[in-house]
Amino acid sequence: MRQALEGSQAIARAVALCRPQVIAAYPITPQTHIVENIAKLVADGKLVCEYVSVESEFSAASVVLGAAVAGSRTYTASASQGILLMSEVLFNIAGSRVPIVMTCANRAVGAPLSIWNDQQDSMAVRDAGWIQLYCADNQEAVDTTIQAYRIAERTELPVMVCVDGFTLTHTLEPIDVPSQQQVDAFLPPYHFARTLDPMKPISMGTLVSPDFYPEARHSHHQALLNAAAEIVAADADWCALTGRSQGSLVQVEGDADASVAILTLGSVIGTLADAREMHPELGTVKLIRLRAFRPFPSEALLQACAGVTDLVVLERALSPGGGGIVGAEVKAALFDMPNPPRVHNFAVGLGGRDIPLDIYPRLLQAVRSQSPRPFAVFDVELDKLPAEDR
Amino acid sequence: MIEVRIHGRGGQGNVVAAYLLATAAIDEGHFGQAFPAFGAERRGAPVVSFVRIAERALRRRNQVLQPDFLIVQDRALLKVPGVLDGLRPGGGILVNTSLDAATIGEQVGSAVVTLPATQLAKTHLGRPVPNTALLSAFLTLTQILPMDALTKALEQKFRGDILERNLRLIEAASQHVPAGHWKERAHATGA
Repeated sequence: MRQALEGSQAIARAVALCRPQVIAAYPITPQTHIVENIAKLVADGKLVCEYVSVESEFSAASVVLGAAVAGSRTYTASASQGILLMSEVLFNIAGSRVPIVMTCANRAVGAPLSIWNDQQDSMAVRDAGWIQLYCADNQEAVDTTIQAYRIAERTELPVMVCVDGFTLTHTLEPIDVPSQQQVDAFLPPYHFARTLDPMKPISMGTLVSPDFYPEARHSHHQALLNAAAEIVAADADWCALTGRSQGSLVQVEGDADASVAILTLGSVIGTLADAREMHPELGTVKLIRLRAFRPFPSEALLQACAGVTDLVVLERALSPGGGGIVGAEVKAALFDMPNPPRVHNFAVGLGGRDIPLDIYPRLLQAVRSQSPRPFAVFDVELDKLPAEDR
Repeated sequence: MIEVRIHGRGGQGNVVAAYLLATAAIDEGHFGQAFPAFGAERRGAPVVSFVRIAERALRRRNQVLQPDFLIVQDRALLKVPGVLDGLRPGGGILVNTSLDAATIGEQVGSAVVTLPATQLAKTHLGRPVPNTALLSAFLTLTQILPMDALTKALEQKFRGDILERNLRLIEAASQHVPAGHWKERAHATGA
């Protein structure tokens, strides 16, 4: 049923529809409304589960890890410094190959302190071994949250659903909230095969000697790569059930035969799509959105880049001293192409700076007037900096 | 598409106003989007929220830089830099003040309509929260949605006595402004 909902409220309802048994969370802007809304559903008796208010994000992640290996379906959510504080546990969850779903309400990382949106937090834990899916809008956040449980439970891998903080979490828009019957049909009750059971004792998280550690890492990597098929299948099956596809691994829109493409992750794609429609005079442009960042969708990316001569990689984070994070990975994947596009790599909208519609003509201007230059923060205002910092 | 920017102060229900307006539009079958430009919120600080109403899905996520209409919940904010920026030619400004439009118009120099929303809220709610009165006046001026849509949105948000008081408040507020005064302008935007 189509309803006017704040993104956080819609995500909370999607989580509840998945019937989690244990939720542990610590509030942090801009994730707070999600866990508050879930807490209210629990308090109102609309969701029966164990809701654990913990004293830190480290504990939130630890509680869901413990609950998951005890056989529960679990949920947590965080952002920014909260993601960093739980990062040790995030690696342990993934390395233990435990299915957990969490929402990252994407926010900048301090210092300097910022409560606003970019994607530095989830990018900082991209190597933790979680599946990472980035959402374009709140309908996708709802549908992807539900898909995430199925992906996690079929792959025994944790899934981080990345949702732009404020830009999505605090935006009210029309949402089609699926029915309980639809979600139940999609997501049957789950039994974790390695549930800790005192009658059949096993050990988890034990010391692994050099004799077996490389094999553990190899199999974790393979499991992530294999998860791509489950991400595709979950979206296809969800589409068969609800009529809504959220774009599989890579979503392509715009002009299929364009020689210029803009690649990005998350909600900025909507602004670019509207701007593209407003500017037909600027020529044909393809828009590419990486919905999955882990596993990295190399094959789908190469297909999307066929015929593209100039590719703008627009990202919402950076690796200081290195440059673009997404840009570096895209370039690495394109290296296998016979005629790879030239890559123009920019960060934009860091720390919540508004990304206006005119970013689109400005990006195309930059592409057409210059050869690719080193990575840059596109919307930086250098006159605000002392000369030595420019 | 109609784009509205709402300026207020923390505690005046700026975000609630934006959400109510978009909810009313969505429930009437339109597409709507509402979001705040959050600062580190605190009572009394200037805050901004945005509303878009359209006949097709809204995909852009950028802030409303060129609003068709401004709703200003506190007259003192008219002096804050940026509050009047980007208003489209022919756009309207609805200001919460007990002063008349001519007096405010001298200061702002545009199509201003005033509403003593705080005063009305004190009378009907017993609290100086002007947001729902301003929304009522805005719908009366633009007629983009029937008043019934605001009533239904309020019914989702409030219950009992608070709801009753708000319904009386929006009825009173709608009497204070010329019905349809901004209708032509609102329809020219294509929403």
